[in-house]
Amino acid sequence: MTEGGTADLKSLYRKRRVRLRDFRSISGTRIINLLVPMAFRSSQGGVAETDRELRKVGTSLSAPVTELQPKPPTNSIFRHAVYVVADNPVTGLAFALFVLIALGALLGPHVVPFDPLASDTSATLQPPSLRHWFGTDLLGRDIFSRVVAATRLDFAIAVASVALVLVIGGLAGIAAGFFGGWTDRIVGRISDTIMAFPLFVLAMGIVAALGNTVTNIVIATAIINFPLYVRVARAEANVRREAGFVQAARLSGNGDLRILLVHILPNIMPIMMVQISLTMGYAILNAAGLSFIGLGVKPPTPEWGIMVAEGATNIISGEWWVAFFPGGALMIAVFCFNLLGDGLRDLVDPQRRT
Amino acid sequence: MMVTIAKRLMTVVPTLIGVVIVTFLLTRVLPGDPAVYFAGPAATPQSIAEIRKSLGLDRPLPDQFVRYVNDLAHGNFGNSLSTGRPVATEISSRLPASAELTLSGLLLSIVIAVPLGIFAAVKQGSLVDHLCRIIATAGVSLPVFFTGLLLVYVFYFRLGWAPAPLGRLDAFASSPPDITGFYLIDSLITGNFETFRAALGQLMLPAVTLAIFSLAPITRMTRASMLAVLASDFIRTARASGLDGRTVILTYAFRNAMLPVVTTLGMVFSFLLGANVLVEKVFAWPGIGSYAVEALLQSDFAPVQGFVLTMAVMYVALNLFIDMLYGVIDPRVRLEA
Repeated sequence: MTEGGTADLKSLYRKRRVRLRDFRSISGTRIINLLVPMAFRSSQGGVAETDRELRKVGTSLSAPVTELQPKPPTNSIFRHAVYVVADNPVTGLAFALFVLIALGALLGPHVVPFDPLASDTSATLQPPSLRHWFGTDLLGRDIFSRVVAATRLDFAIAVASVALVLVIGGLAGIAAGFFGGWTDRIVGRISDTIMAFPLFVLAMGIVAALGNTVTNIVIATAIINFPLYVRVARAEANVRREAGFVQAARLSGNGDLRILLVHILPNIMPIMMVQISLTMGYAILNAAGLSFIGLGVKPPTPEWGIMVAEGATNIISGEWWVAFFPGGALMIAVFCFNLLGDGLRDLVDPQRRT
Repeated sequence: MMVTIAKRLMTVVPTLIGVVIVTFLLTRVLPGDPAVYFAGPAATPQSIAEIRKSLGLDRPLPDQFVRYVNDLAHGNFGNSLSTGRPVATEISSRLPASAELTLSGLLLSIVIAVPLGIFAAVKQGSLVDHLCRIIATAGVSLPVFFTGLLLVYVFYFRLGWAPAPLGRLDAFASSPPDITGFYLIDSLITGNFETFRAALGQLMLPAVTLAIFSLAPITRMTRASMLAVLASDFIRTARASGLDGRTVILTYAFRNAMLPVVTTLGMVFSFLLGANVLVEKVFAWPGIGSYAVEALLQSDFAPVQGFVLTMAVMYVALNLFIDMLYGVIDPRVRLEA
């Protein structure tokens, strides 16, 4: 390789680093706001473009770097996002719902009209009214306050379990895809074994074994989602294993671990974001199902699954509102995450748009 | 064909080993001493030590594992702590109830979802297609225990069409003789139509609940798979050769579109077995799910372990069956093997 070529590669690589640093500067709280442009940047401007640049360098080694400079795609990203959302306004709706749920989780317990735990024996089992929007339950507790206050716990369980599986499943997956061989075989065997169980049943068994607490619900939910994250991360890492930018990184002396964490991981984040959104709904459903059968959350605590369980006996005697509103909140939350996941997937992976 | 089956059976072995290891580990390695579990809250250190010895927990782990596998091989799932009855008999006597419910739900949803998916694909953009889309998105978001309760409210409390959600038969009817364990089939065999009607009435709502739950993925996959097949060359050729639409769609397209649908069925079954637990709780269905839930709440671990193992083995067996089905549907699968 001529001296000019090496210099080109190096400068290209430096550009790549800058772009990666952009990725890393995204803080956790701002990640949702940045998700849309970020997702697009990587799928369109990231890997493919750098790849193409490197290939060009390969054929004409002395080509000046300035010509290869990709146009800053900020404007078109935004336009594309607007185009995709306009094409499917439901995604916009889902996003609005998501903001509402997040607000409920953050502020919920502070803005509700009644104390979610305070019982009032003079007003038990009242149907929805102006005073009690969603009615009251068997102990006279205000159901609206309880439904809103429960958002935090349900949301927290889902976020915690998804975060846990993202770290463990994501890392195991990219390691399996990148290294192949024994790593791949061991990770694959673990996820196959998990997949051999009906997932909810396995979650029940795990909670039973670890002990009946909320933390263990989080762990069980994370474990049953493990194979899904491994599969996605593995496939994505496998595709990029021999990509130009990885070879360039290796050429300039990066170790495997560094390539894995600094070069491959940021590039599969958009796909993982879609996966997060798609599994959030499932995580909420799963946690609510476990608490519906009496696992994890203990009775006075407001939580959607347990509230539906409490209202189950009232349904037969006609007091529908006790179970209906928490169940409805649960349904809407799951619906929102599923739509959001579909929308994000459209954005990141246009080929699978339906 | 025999070679294919044998080969596929071999791949089940490592999966089953994994399943047995996991169910074993669930009690032995994870934090929490099973002996304390079994001894109950009012246990003294002595009684705990005694229980540990009687359960064989003082031996090394591989030793315990061998014992566990040996017990399983002899059909011994341990005894329930609260009832004292052997778990294996309890599970086998309750299994037909769960199987009847799950299979009815699955059958019902296939009968609705497959034609719906085909129709949506054939008449793309029509009203049915939009309906199909709504079902596919809304269906996966429905918490199955919530749907069940809503159905109970509407059809039992409001309309009075369905019987009270209290098990497989109401208290006054006598159960049919135990032939297959499926009440619907047993009552038909013995010609007892009264019981058949009563059992069907009880089964209807929980089965519909499960069907609604599994409708979404099956419809979605049928539609997508049919769309892909309908766009292919051989369908164009078939149409150009003047075959009527019915033959083209049912004989040519559907048979080719079936493979992904059958694959989805395996996944749907995994969800159904989990949802089954919740539905059994809502409808007080005396199946293995409600047995496990009762045991779980009393920290009675042997039934839960037996339940998890039974479910996993059933699921592995079903996946095996589905793989066999591939060979029947698609001759190419047979050739490759």
